[in-house]
Amino acid sequence: MKTAVVVFPGSNCDRDLAVALRDATGVAPAMVWHKETALPEGLDLVAIPGGFSFGDYLRCGAIAARSPIMPEVVAFAAKGGRVIGICNGWQVLQEVGLLPGALMRNRTLKFVCRDVTLKVETVASEFTRGYRQGQVVTIPVAHHDGAFTGDADLLDALEAEDRVAFRYVDAEGNPTDAANPNGSDRNIAGILSANRKVLGMMPHPERLADAALGGADGALLFEGLARVAEVA
Amino acid sequence: MKARVHVTLKRGVLDPQGEAIRRALGTMGFDGVESVRQGKVIELELAESDPAKAEAAVREMCEKLLANTVIEAYDVEIEPEIQPEVTA
Repeated sequence: MKTAVVVFPGSNCDRDLAVALRDATGVAPAMVWHKETALPEGLDLVAIPGGFSFGDYLRCGAIAARSPIMPEVVAFAAKGGRVIGICNGWQVLQEVGLLPGALMRNRTLKFVCRDVTLKVETVASEFTRGYRQGQVVTIPVAHHDGAFTGDADLLDALEAEDRVAFRYVDAEGNPTDAANPNGSDRNIAGILSANRKVLGMMPHPERLADAALGGADGALLFEGLARVAEVA
Repeated sequence: MKARVHVTLKRGVLDPQGEAIRRALGTMGFDGVESVRQGKVIELELAESDPAKAEAAVREMCEKLLANTVIEAYDVEIEPEIQPEVTA
């Protein structure tokens, strides 16, 4: 499976993401600088990493979304290519319009950096098929602007179309207000595009993808993705 | 020509920063502040001298970058050229 990680000034999860992708696929991803105007040929996945691209100036992800490589990423997605955006990467994907809604300042106004429990809401995607339906997993979050916000029509549509990938839940799997680290509407932690080929999520699966780091729940996402190679 | 862009959250979008400011004002004794909405001001210096063209250009900038129109509204103000002071 051939993958690429897009790197912006201020990205800081790019190398962790590269390690997670390499471990799952057996091949190191291509690291693509934001000033490139073409993606490598024959990619199976483009990954947009977390971090503070362009210092979060103007709005998180706004400047990165207008960098030279992004029209290529949008075109790749338009052709049915797989794209994952994690944390700041999700913010970038929303700024380019690949995913709907917005990610706003956490309701506490504080940067939140801790492990959270997530419920896998759908396994009907290449990103989530490594999990069991309804599985409760532990994955860390680290963000200041992660409150997923959409109007009621959007939220209803995401649920009706089975496009909520992950929700913030308590240890028993209940989406309580206390389990919501940032004030996201309906505890939504990650969503899929209409064609289910683009995933945005605030939690960082690449940060808990090796038992040596205290947990490997994040690795299941990358292992599920890597099965693309077997199918293809 | 100078342009000033005001970007604010759309009505109905929760503004936790504005709410924090409102509470702080209440704590300081400023009573009766019913709502605070925080936004940002962006000032631009433009080479364009035609106000209508300048406004059209700035509106396009707002749509494409300066505002996230999913959650933000914007307002464009074009300032008349400030005349340099003439000294004797």
